[in-house]
Amino acid sequence: MNTIPLEFYLILSAILFSIGTVGVLTRRNAIVVFMSIELMLNSVNLTFVSFSAFLGDVAGQIFVFFIMAIAAGEATIGLAIVLALFRQKQTVYVDEANSLKW
Amino acid sequence: MIEEFYLLLPHILLSISIILWLVVDGLWKNKTLNFWGTFVSLVLTFFSIFISLNYIPVSGQMEFTHLATKGMLSFDGISYYFDLIFISSGIFTIITSRNYQREKYTELNELYSLILIAVFGMLIISHSTNFLTLFLGIETMSLSFYVLAGFFRKSFQSVEAGIKYFLLGAFATGFLVYGIAFIYGATKSLNFSDITVLIQKAEFNIVYLSLGLALVFVGLSFKVAAFPFHQWAPDVYTGAPTTISAFMSTAGKASAIFAMFLIAKNVLFQFSLFDSTKEFYKDTQLILALISAATMLVGNFIALVQRNVKRMLAYSSVAHAGYLLMGIVANNIDGWNAIAFYSLAYFLMQFGAFIILSLSETKDNDFNAIEDFYGLSKKHPFLAGAMSVFMLSLAGIPPFAGFFGKYLLFVSTIKSGFLWLTIIAVISSIISMYYYIGLILAMYFKEFKEGIKPRFGLPFVAVVVCLVLTLAFGIFPQYVIDFTIFLLG
Repeated sequence: MNTIPLEFYLILSAILFSIGTVGVLTRRNAIVVFMSIELMLNSVNLTFVSFSAFLGDVAGQIFVFFIMAIAAGEATIGLAIVLALFRQKQTVYVDEANSLKW
Repeated sequence: MIEEFYLLLPHILLSISIILWLVVDGLWKNKTLNFWGTFVSLVLTFFSIFISLNYIPVSGQMEFTHLATKGMLSFDGISYYFDLIFISSGIFTIITSRNYQREKYTELNELYSLILIAVFGMLIISHSTNFLTLFLGIETMSLSFYVLAGFFRKSFQSVEAGIKYFLLGAFATGFLVYGIAFIYGATKSLNFSDITVLIQKAEFNIVYLSLGLALVFVGLSFKVAAFPFHQWAPDVYTGAPTTISAFMSTAGKASAIFAMFLIAKNVLFQFSLFDSTKEFYKDTQLILALISAATMLVGNFIALVQRNVKRMLAYSSVAHAGYLLMGIVANNIDGWNAIAFYSLAYFLMQFGAFIILSLSETKDNDFNAIEDFYGLSKKHPFLAGAMSVFMLSLAGIPPFAGFFGKYLLFVSTIKSGFLWLTIIAVISSIISMYYYIGLILAMYFKEFKEGIKPRFGLPFVAVVVCLVLTLAFGIFPQYVIDFTIFLLG
């Protein structure tokens, strides 16, 4: 039986991670930036699961649960902070939060 | 094993008190009760470490399979030493935050609980033996830091600091876990000691492992604010509540440095022992040395032009991350010892300086500009004197604690063969004297400017303690050094 080689999974997750990174660096909307960060974390999950499956070791899959839990916590805190920003400035664009410089 | 519960006493006490004070807050809403309750819990945790220190196992004596923690947490002496730094930082933050909160915003009990949670995350970092516990510790700490940075939600600067810290911190987390995934893929293990064994047997994939280590160091560089990932630090430390900036820039930085230290000591150090991986180790050391040199130069140069003292301290904290990284570059027993001593010295002096700033802030005016400090010595000679001691200590002038920390770091770096890094460090500390001493000149040789009215009271106790300890550890450094050498064993 031909299985999909490990490298394919790694390349897919690397592509997803890069898309997430580019999204964080280029987008201005805080919600979209946050979604890109979630994409990065999910590509890490994919890497962990594929390594775990190919190495025959279960620790990687356990790690994924912890990443998901942390991502959920991050989502709560992040949206709360974005809401606080919105209440102040009626905007979710991060480049309008620019009172601090130099 | 009953010894394990004595060893875990700080963690158990702290986790119980986190839940207890959150519940008590929900039931009674009594501000005084919560303030003193969280304070007493942290003080009890502080003293429980001295109980735990009596039970530290000799290496190899503990059979991990019998333990409740299954070898996920280590009980090294040096971890308990760092715990002492983290917990005392938490205690100081709690006692200084109360008056500051009342003056600037309104007193909210959640701040104290969040400080406890952040300290708990730091305890997990310092005891981790596994990438899983390391990651969970870093995230527990960071998630509460994000909230703490944006805690004054009616103040735009604080919210801005919160959102910047959150987005960049979460971005860094992505790199950190991606690196951990590759290290896992290269070695089939998350445990530091298993990874060490696999490296000794040369059973690993060097491509995945080097990629993983690089990504982990990128993620941790964000957390310590090392060049080129330092951009968030000045904004966040300026915008966040001052007492919280003090907490983040001392305990937060020390814990991220300790996470780097764990990886350097347990994983990187193994590479230096074998001929086949020696070249790889040399390259890693060189990259870390370049990052360290760039961090201190950038931090000190940009601090030169700052007219806001809080922002100047933020840049100086970036520079100090560079100095601390020298210990990671050296990666020998002297370097580890120097990191331990300098983390303590840096905590005392940086915390004291930030607290003096927080004493004079009011609701309408921050009084953070350097002009506000003109002639402070004429009206408040003690405060000006304390600030001068912290500045001189940060600049690394004897006989204060900062001098011996720097001395130990420089010696360890020279011993590991990085003379050029030491020369850059000396040059950048000379540059840093310009702005540290500039503040002292402003306080002593300018006309007094009306307006600044420092408040005394409970936060002042923290200033006095920091001042006394900065002097004491500067004059008698050997007590701390003997202690850390004994703990590093």
